[in-house]
Amino acid sequence: MTGRTGSRSRRGPTLLLAAALACAAGGCGATGPAGDGSGAVTGTVTVFAAASLTEVFTELGEAFEAANPGVEVVFGFAASSALARQITEGAPADVFASAAPEHLRQVGDEGSVSGAPVVFARNRLEIAVPPGNPGAIVSLAEFADPLRTIALCAEQVPCGAAAARVFEAAGVVAVPDTRERDVKAVLTKVTLGEVDAGLVYRTDVLAAGGKVEGIEFPQAAAAVNDYQIAALAEAPNPVAAAAFVDFVTSGRAGSVLAAAGFDLP
Amino acid sequence: MLPALCGLAFLLIPLLGLVARTPWTSVPGRLFSAEVGQALRLSLVCASAATVLCLVFGIPLAWLLARSGLPGRGLVRALVTVPLVLPPVVGGVALLLALGRRGFVGRYLHEWFGVSLPFTTAGVIVAEAFVAMPFLVISVEGALRAADPRFEEAAATLGAGRWYAFRRVTLPSVAPGLVAGAVLCWARALGEFGATITFAGNFPGRTTTMPLAVYLALESDPDAAIVLSLVLLLVSVAVLVALRERWMVTR
Repeated sequence: MTGRTGSRSRRGPTLLLAAALACAAGGCGATGPAGDGSGAVTGTVTVFAAASLTEVFTELGEAFEAANPGVEVVFGFAASSALARQITEGAPADVFASAAPEHLRQVGDEGSVSGAPVVFARNRLEIAVPPGNPGAIVSLAEFADPLRTIALCAEQVPCGAAAARVFEAAGVVAVPDTRERDVKAVLTKVTLGEVDAGLVYRTDVLAAGGKVEGIEFPQAAAAVNDYQIAALAEAPNPVAAAAFVDFVTSGRAGSVLAAAGFDLP
Repeated sequence: MLPALCGLAFLLIPLLGLVARTPWTSVPGRLFSAEVGQALRLSLVCASAATVLCLVFGIPLAWLLARSGLPGRGLVRALVTVPLVLPPVVGGVALLLALGRRGFVGRYLHEWFGVSLPFTTAGVIVAEAFVAMPFLVISVEGALRAADPRFEEAAATLGAGRWYAFRRVTLPSVAPGLVAGAVLCWARALGEFGATITFAGNFPGRTTTMPLAVYLALESDPDAAIVLSLVLLLVSVAVLVALRERWMVTR
């Protein structure tokens, strides 16, 4: 399960104080500070999510806030590897949504994950080119051309690792001109027209709308990223964290994810 | 006394922390690895080239601001100082929009000369020069304004040409300010991260300078990041020690 138990000791100081005052003033009985009598979710929930989840999680966050008035969802979007590092160094996050299992495992090895991670979406790579395709890119083979300007994700980032797998599957030795720190940085280079092509997720191509053109390629199936989500053990707001995880893995969120271009598990 | 000690501790403790956390047993192996050697060499070359660029263009600019009596100098000085206060990433974005392949200057460079600065070592040098030049210009301008112009006038009455007077009279008189500015410029260029990664991108051997290498290593191999950081720290300290008192003196 996703960590609804043992939450009392982790309550934020403000809620504790408010509850203590309320109890003292109203002489109330057995309800604890988590307000779990009514199951209401309140406070702020801090979600660290992979860069490729920017648009879809922002939308899910708004839906979650609408369904739970009194909750505010705050996001930190960056490469999953960067987020994992921040969490292990003590960043106060409630939930971590990673674009690859190894980063969540990295956090879990430190004992920072509460409950088992859940796969909630899958993503695959797609070639992104500026409108008009100035580099005349047709497939992955053009990525081996040193004359073309190519942007790829850095290898330690999930999209970079996936890119390495698809190039291996295609038997292509890519010659990138830059290795960016996350997938959105690659996408930005493409939308600015600074590169002829970049390898990003299918969801990024969809999110960018008319600013890039997408070219699919068959080897994308060789590297499907499993996105995992989990509440964190040190979460300042574990009740809301668990509720958000449940929300993201629900059917309603699933249709939002599917509309954004993610595959569902 | 206590605030001074606190200030000193504030500056020293992180550096001591870096030294304390260094994985000393693995340092020799990592130090001579290709990755560290490449990044260090690139950093030193680019910082030095950027400083030369700043000297070539910055000294005349400082002269213009200090001595020329140009109207609107105040505005020019304010504009020159902008890269100093601009967040470096913003500088990188600005460079991309101006000098990138689709930039309003860059597109002509690309179409007419086939020159493209992003993702090249030249791009790194340009990005570093952009953020570091104000240090040099301000320092030299200050020194020029403090220097006595009568020496150049005396040289002129003795028959020295303007370039000769500049070379043999002016420059030596502003040497401390010039050296201070050049050292600050070099140090700033060496440490530049945001503008470099945004404008020049990241590619080992070509555009991955030490700060970029540290940033990326931090996620996959923190020990390598610590060793790289230590190397940068030692190089910086070595430069400062070599210049000792002189860089602190600005007349």
